[in-house]
Amino acid sequence: MSIKISETLTFECETGNYHTFCPISCVAWLYQKIEDSFFLVVGTKTCGYFLQNALGVMIFAEPRYAMAELEEGDISAQLNDYQELKRLCLQIKKDRNPSVIIWIGTCTTEIIKMDLEGMAPKLETEIEIPIVVARANGLDYAFTQGEDTVLAAMAHRCPEQYNLINKKKEVKKDESIDKFSSIDTGRKKTKSITNSSVDKMPLVLFGSLPSTVASQLSLELKRQSINVSGWLPAQRYTDLPALGNGVYVCGVNPFLSRTATTLMRRRKCKLIGAPFPIGPDGTHAWIKEICSVFGIETQGLEEREQQVWESLRNYLNLVRGKSVFFMGDNLLEISLARFLIRCGMIVYEIGIPYMDKRYQAAELTFLQTTCRKMCIPMPRIVEKPDNYNQIQRMRELQPDLAITGMAHANPLEARGINTKWSVEFTFAQIHGFTNAKDVLELVTRPLRRNNNLENLGWTNLIKEG
Amino acid sequence: MKLAYWMYAGPAHIGTLRVASSFKNVHAIMHAPLGDDYFNVMRSMLERERDFTPVTASIVDRHVLARGSQEKVVDNISRKDKQERPNLIVLTPTCTSSILQEDLQNFVDRASTISDSDIILADVNHYRVNELQAADRTLEQVVRYYLDKALRQGNLNISLTDKPSANIIGIFTLGFHNQHDCRELKRLLKDLGIDINQVIPEGGVVENLHQLPKAWFNLVPYREVGLMAAKYLEKEFGMSYISTTPMGIVDIANCIRQIQERINIWSPTLLNKKINYEPYIDEQTRFISQAAWFSRSIDCQNLTGKKAVVFGDATHAASITKILACEMGIRVSCAGTYCKHDEEWFKEQVQNFCDEILVTDDHTKVGDMIARVEPSAIFGTQMERHIGKRLDIPCGVISSPVHIQNFTLGYRPFLGYEGTNQVADLVYNSFTLGMEDHLLEIFGGHDTKEVITKSLSTDTDLTWNSESQLELNKIPGFVRGKIKRNTEKFARQNGIAEITAETMYAAKEALNA
Repeated sequence: MSIKISETLTFECETGNYHTFCPISCVAWLYQKIEDSFFLVVGTKTCGYFLQNALGVMIFAEPRYAMAELEEGDISAQLNDYQELKRLCLQIKKDRNPSVIIWIGTCTTEIIKMDLEGMAPKLETEIEIPIVVARANGLDYAFTQGEDTVLAAMAHRCPEQYNLINKKKEVKKDESIDKFSSIDTGRKKTKSITNSSVDKMPLVLFGSLPSTVASQLSLELKRQSINVSGWLPAQRYTDLPALGNGVYVCGVNPFLSRTATTLMRRRKCKLIGAPFPIGPDGTHAWIKEICSVFGIETQGLEEREQQVWESLRNYLNLVRGKSVFFMGDNLLEISLARFLIRCGMIVYEIGIPYMDKRYQAAELTFLQTTCRKMCIPMPRIVEKPDNYNQIQRMRELQPDLAITGMAHANPLEARGINTKWSVEFTFAQIHGFTNAKDVLELVTRPLRRNNNLENLGWTNLIKEG
Repeated sequence: MKLAYWMYAGPAHIGTLRVASSFKNVHAIMHAPLGDDYFNVMRSMLERERDFTPVTASIVDRHVLARGSQEKVVDNISRKDKQERPNLIVLTPTCTSSILQEDLQNFVDRASTISDSDIILADVNHYRVNELQAADRTLEQVVRYYLDKALRQGNLNISLTDKPSANIIGIFTLGFHNQHDCRELKRLLKDLGIDINQVIPEGGVVENLHQLPKAWFNLVPYREVGLMAAKYLEKEFGMSYISTTPMGIVDIANCIRQIQERINIWSPTLLNKKINYEPYIDEQTRFISQAAWFSRSIDCQNLTGKKAVVFGDATHAASITKILACEMGIRVSCAGTYCKHDEEWFKEQVQNFCDEILVTDDHTKVGDMIARVEPSAIFGTQMERHIGKRLDIPCGVISSPVHIQNFTLGYRPFLGYEGTNQVADLVYNSFTLGMEDHLLEIFGGHDTKEVITKSLSTDTDLTWNSESQLELNKIPGFVRGKIKRNTEKFARQNGIAEITAETMYAAKEALNA
């Protein structure tokens, strides 16, 4: 085999010719999450066509999103952008009366340099509805990063946290954080906090999760007597959490690096860098990291994790020793790979659109320790992968499972390679102890299905040559 | 700017990609930002394609925005040339890339010098044409390119085939029941003793396109795609084409008669005989296809005068309107299409077969029209199916845009004689079955659920007293909403605030009058 698997984590970067969803797809889950919002995607027919096809039946349920479809007159600046947007936003206000309108900038608005950020504040005062601008375009971002741009924009709209004790502010001045280098990664900083009451240290979690999953995670923290003071985003725009100096923030998803940066640099929050709560191991590590920052000894966390592993036994028997290949398209890949390695799988390659080594630092370290613990060779991490090359590699490696986008799933299945659509991981509930089962349910589905069909003798369904 | 939630036809590049990926061994390279390769997902998922979709992107990112594509597009083309050795590479601009105004033709020229494949630039305006128009244009462009090339190289052979033969133009990927239609058309032509010269673009080989003129005529089954290519072939090579869609008994006969006419131009000299298809048409119509008999059978009697609404692409909406009106005696209250560019043709086709005509690409207008007309059945696209669901009106899907369930595994042509059977089934199953309809009316329906308004508009200020509510509950479920709305309309017109049983009867009389 010409592809060697190395002993340390290797990072590579390919051509970026890979398939992924356009980041505007984030409106699909964000409009459902933020109940009083309206998403207006300012773009062309291409964007609209993608949304209507990608979101399938959701379009028929009178969604709270729409296209502001640019026409020839808009492109050639014969029409006035401001007047046009005002007309549409007034109509939206009349029909839906949302608490916030979120403009999603697209590739086209970038290229024609439409000044959405400049127009929004003016129009906002004129129509009396907040307008948040997020540039979720395919020139700069991939798939889930769309959510990142929206949340980063929304972080600016969170109310200021005032009720902190002033003297504490002074004490901590020297630590004021505006650099990544000061991410809290361990116990060393906890000393300064232990004196003050834990209740008075607000913790805001960021990342859009279904409300049940959000409350599950809040509850897990509550068991360790940590109160979550708010979520970004909240169920309603009007309930955005207060941010400010002294507020601790922690991400729940690996693709939120811009949001993290904004929270630290612009809102002066303190970021807790932790692995992400995906899989029981990840959830354990995530809670433990938060607790250590707050100077709390965790209670019964070890047992809780063991219990979950115990309940997964049937699934683990199915996946143990099987190999996985992540083609990469949604940035959840590192965390998922780490969990699957802990489950006993072998990961050949982790394709990923974009790798923020600082924001994902704790997760990467965790991946490494997991590999050592399981005595499994380190996978190669391929940033901006090239799908064509990946398919050649897969042909050689013949993995037991490829986690891939829908463009490649059927052709790979026809060639006898089991696949799982990566998009499902974005929409399924995969966070926390409770949902670890769901991840394995997804991963094992093709394996279980094919166990049933194994003896029929038609795994390869293409003509050779 | 236009506030849009949904669209019937996709952007131009989708049309180009559909044509390119229908040919064998043709690769399309999109000049597009990350995420615009959504076409691959559609083809892989909807068509359940086993092979990798031959479409890749030359990604437009920040760097391209700042410095231009430079070597990137050329590199991507020559790379693909080496990897897959395609016959043809189609460079496809997108909405986004067309604003950049890079000289893509220059990239094509440069790449042509270093690669073995032929390379062309898809020539479509992304802000003026939609998916269907672009597909039509691209197909013509490819055909023209290869015939020009053959002409230059002197290997163009325009002598007719010995036996009568035809080209079928316009069958392609993601087309509504295109695969089945193609099989049915081949069968029809075989029955008529006509060979298939070529089918394009689906499964076509670009290297063979220079042999297109060998056919005796071209058959263009769908209005939307293929006409431009057929017209080009007519103009350059004097090939006549038939664009009557062989859908429905009447139009199949029309189509076959036109074929007979074309063949009889050459056959007296080439075959020493004249062809007569009339016995074939008669046999098929009366005994092979079940549709003619079905429209005579007493089942179909129950459909007489029932109201229907038809909406879809120009081809399917026009044909289905004609089938419903002429062949089944159903009253088409409104026929419509989203093919605005083909408005004139459509109006001419359906003029005498329906009460009103609607040409729009705004689905809310279609929804309002359906709510107003309140037909017994709708024949439309997936969007109309959903409107029907909301209004509790059954819907048969007759045209794109469609979901995966309309890419059936079973054999379901819409064209040809088997197609007439399929369409008859679809129509019949969409209406509430006749006998069931009767029984429901006699016994007052079999559901005793409370009345829920299902109208698209918001609720009203009118109140129903208990007596009238009871009366309303006696009305069969499937017409209840309609009666309720009619009564309320009547009450509003006459300034009645509380609806009694009398109001209901008065409304019924007023409506019948």
